[in-house]
Amino acid sequence: MGSARTHDLRTVLSGDDIARASRRIAHEIVEKAKGASDLVLLGIPTRGVTLAHRIGAVISEIEGIQVPVGSLDITLYRDDLRLHPARALEETSIPEGGIDGKIVVLVDDVLFSGRTIRAALDALNDVGRPAAVRLAVLVDRGHRELPIRPDYVGKNIPTAASEQVRVRLTEIDGSDSVEISTGGER
Amino acid sequence: MRHLLSAADLDREAALHILDTAAEMAALSDRSVKKLPTLRGRTVVNLFFEDSTRTRISFELAAKRLSADVINFAAKGSSVSKGESLKDTALTLEAMGADAVVIRHWDSGAPHRLAHANWIGGSVINAGDGTHEHPTQALLDAYTMRRHLRDGKGALEGVRVGIVGDILHSRVARSNVLLLQTLGAEVTLVAPPTLLPIGIETWPCEVSYDIDSVLPKVDAVMMLRVQQERMQDAFFPTAREYSRLFGLNGERMSLLPDHAIVMHPGPMNRGMEISAEVADSDRAVMVEQVANGVSVRMAVMYLLLGGAKE
Amino acid sequence: MSTYVIRGVRPYGEAAVDIVISGGVITALAAPGTGKGEVIDAEGLIALPGFVDLHTHLREPGREDAETIESGSQAAALGGFTCVHAMANTDPVADTAGVVEQVWRIGREVGLVDVRPVGAVTVNLDGTHLAQIGAMANSAAAVTVFSDDGKCVHDALLMRRALEYVKAFDGVVAQHAQEPRLTENAQMNEGALSGKLGMVGWPAVAEEAIIARDVLLAEHVDSRLHACHVSTAGSVEVIRWAKSRGVNVTAEVTPHHLILTEDLVESYNPVYKVNPPLRRKEDVMALRQALADGTINAVATDHAPHPHEHKDCEWGAAAMGMLGLQTAFSVVMETMVLPGLLDWRGVADRMSVQPARIGAVPTQGQPIEVGSIANIVVVDPEARWTVVADELASKSSNTPFAERTFPGTVVHTFYAGRPTVLDGVLA
Repeated sequence: MGSARTHDLRTVLSGDDIARASRRIAHEIVEKAKGASDLVLLGIPTRGVTLAHRIGAVISEIEGIQVPVGSLDITLYRDDLRLHPARALEETSIPEGGIDGKIVVLVDDVLFSGRTIRAALDALNDVGRPAAVRLAVLVDRGHRELPIRPDYVGKNIPTAASEQVRVRLTEIDGSDSVEISTGGER
Repeated sequence: MRHLLSAADLDREAALHILDTAAEMAALSDRSVKKLPTLRGRTVVNLFFEDSTRTRISFELAAKRLSADVINFAAKGSSVSKGESLKDTALTLEAMGADAVVIRHWDSGAPHRLAHANWIGGSVINAGDGTHEHPTQALLDAYTMRRHLRDGKGALEGVRVGIVGDILHSRVARSNVLLLQTLGAEVTLVAPPTLLPIGIETWPCEVSYDIDSVLPKVDAVMMLRVQQERMQDAFFPTAREYSRLFGLNGERMSLLPDHAIVMHPGPMNRGMEISAEVADSDRAVMVEQVANGVSVRMAVMYLLLGGAKE
Repeated sequence: MSTYVIRGVRPYGEAAVDIVISGGVITALAAPGTGKGEVIDAEGLIALPGFVDLHTHLREPGREDAETIESGSQAAALGGFTCVHAMANTDPVADTAGVVEQVWRIGREVGLVDVRPVGAVTVNLDGTHLAQIGAMANSAAAVTVFSDDGKCVHDALLMRRALEYVKAFDGVVAQHAQEPRLTENAQMNEGALSGKLGMVGWPAVAEEAIIARDVLLAEHVDSRLHACHVSTAGSVEVIRWAKSRGVNVTAEVTPHHLILTEDLVESYNPVYKVNPPLRRKEDVMALRQALADGTINAVATDHAPHPHEHKDCEWGAAAMGMLGLQTAFSVVMETMVLPGLLDWRGVADRMSVQPARIGAVPTQGQPIEVGSIANIVVVDPEARWTVVADELASKSSNTPFAERTFPGTVVHTFYAGRPTVLDGVLA
């Protein structure tokens, strides 16, 4: 027996795939909102923020106006705080103009149990009162534990619960890719 | 980290962690709903044996903003003033389920005793013990200096700080000297010899009797409260002489570099260690120190209580 | 009338003998194995004259919750003592014939050690009026040692008068040297550590300055002076100088000042809070050297029991004082005998002969020879023991040595010819 770690790594999204998905999401956001005038994109740290900036850049390209982009750290709203030592906080940066009456699009890289988004909704609630909150994710890997659903998805990728989804973005990791790793590592 | 008893408990990494967390907490005060759910269900007790409205309110606000339940236990009029011991008070709080005790006490080492005598199971935060330490004050002072002098990021390498006043009786001075050294700042203490403790030469800082030679060379000057009553015990001949030799007035303030800030832990003795002109000037950051105090104390409470119990 | 034989014991660590005791005196020093009577085995053990403590707090009358004359006597006997001097800071203060006679009488009734009451120098220890020294000297308690210990006779004129007055009664003033103005609310030794901990310091000069003044006063009025619990290297120098001038001054040191240093205060554990405070390593070494060369004449415990609630609290609220009777011999073994600073004759001198002389107790500190009153302690220098605070005989348990293991145990104690302790337990 023994624990030979079998590391099966397969790439499910290439750099080009990510770029296309981001463009499509940007278009879908603008379509549903009928324009970009009341949009605010809030990325969930860490990689959600990078994606939010990319999507925001595409929207600006399409619509010709600057969309406010910020970040929303959800650490203090997590429901599992008591299970680990106190975590370091990430940056929360709400764009000038706030979120009251706006269409807030939360942006994250991977949607899994849904607890992160639940925490984000609670955090938003204390920041202000948006006209609507929508959710854009690059990857939806299933296994929801709460009734949360995304409005815009880059790719639906069914996974086993034991698998790990690894998102790499150039600004942070040096290259763009989404990989799934199976096997030994839990 | 389970307790915060002394500034010496914090290494550089831990200190920066608190300051960075405080920076995120600070953004909270700009929101209309100044509340985070993080310490919901936790009970924080303010055990204040010495009167101190401002520090107690600061801790109370910090805990409430994190949604903790706060109990204020002031010594006057309580069972403590009727002779109940610290131990019995602690056991009572433990029976009521206090997750953290913020303690201010007139005896050096009382928080240490509370933390190590096995009377309570929660965290102990030292809000000032006698003339020993006041670690959260040092943290909020460092946070304030960092905001003005280092753009709110990183440590305090190369920052030159002057601390002027009754060093002998000052827990603020002791905590600040320790924390500033940890963060890489250079400290000079200024006081008459009677207000410097024996063994001061072993402290990690310079010492001077001449405030005028020190002021041009600091980025921040921290004035400490000097009680007029010290005159009765011959620490200095008269309040006027102290003020003349060591007080920060408008004329002395002009000796400071343009970018330098004036700090004071409060409460101020206007006219004694600091003149009204200086206290109300643009360089004076005392009001900001108070606001920063809430953010820093929120950070400390989050880091001690926000995660799994150690 | 019982005859006891302490079999095979080595007086002062010298040749083994049988010490034969009858009628309260040593009747013979026989060849080992030949003594006739009730045999107490002591082969390989060492016999010394029973220890005499110049400085004990028995707390009765007034603080019987901390200690009584009975419990204190038990602790003393277990520590190898056959005589203790009971300090006067009781409640009421021992400043009249009535109180000293009461203490003396209860001590006799308990019958485990000679309890010699110390009389106060000033009424109620207030430092302003002389107490009835003559009445106490002439009482049944026959007081010869006078002390305001706990407090200092700080007024120079009053100290002069006291030194003069006791001459009429062959008395000695034992001074607790502490200039009150320099030590208001003092918590620990003044130095770099007190500065760091933010505690009010007790500077060495507050002790040294008083001793310096007192030795000059004693010289001027030609009287005897005894310095209680000397704690600093500077005090040692002053005493050495005074003795070289011929001043009639004697000095004592506590066991805890021979071994403990101020760094223990960093724990904020009030078991280490004591007056005079624990000092630096340099002071400890100077005190050991002074005890070795005789500049310090005697070991005196300053046994100071305190009830639990006065030590189980924050430092500032805690009482000052440590137990000492049962651990004194072991501390002396560890700090003086094992390093070769004192031999057994030296231990006998510092723990029995000199204290008996200073306290003017002719029945104590006698040599182990035929005809001497049988106040004898038998010790085992090879044994080791671990101090368990709750198992000490004292009613209190504020020992700074809890859970510490020491060399040397007291095996048997004989008081006026009767065994008070056999095989390490009360007989």
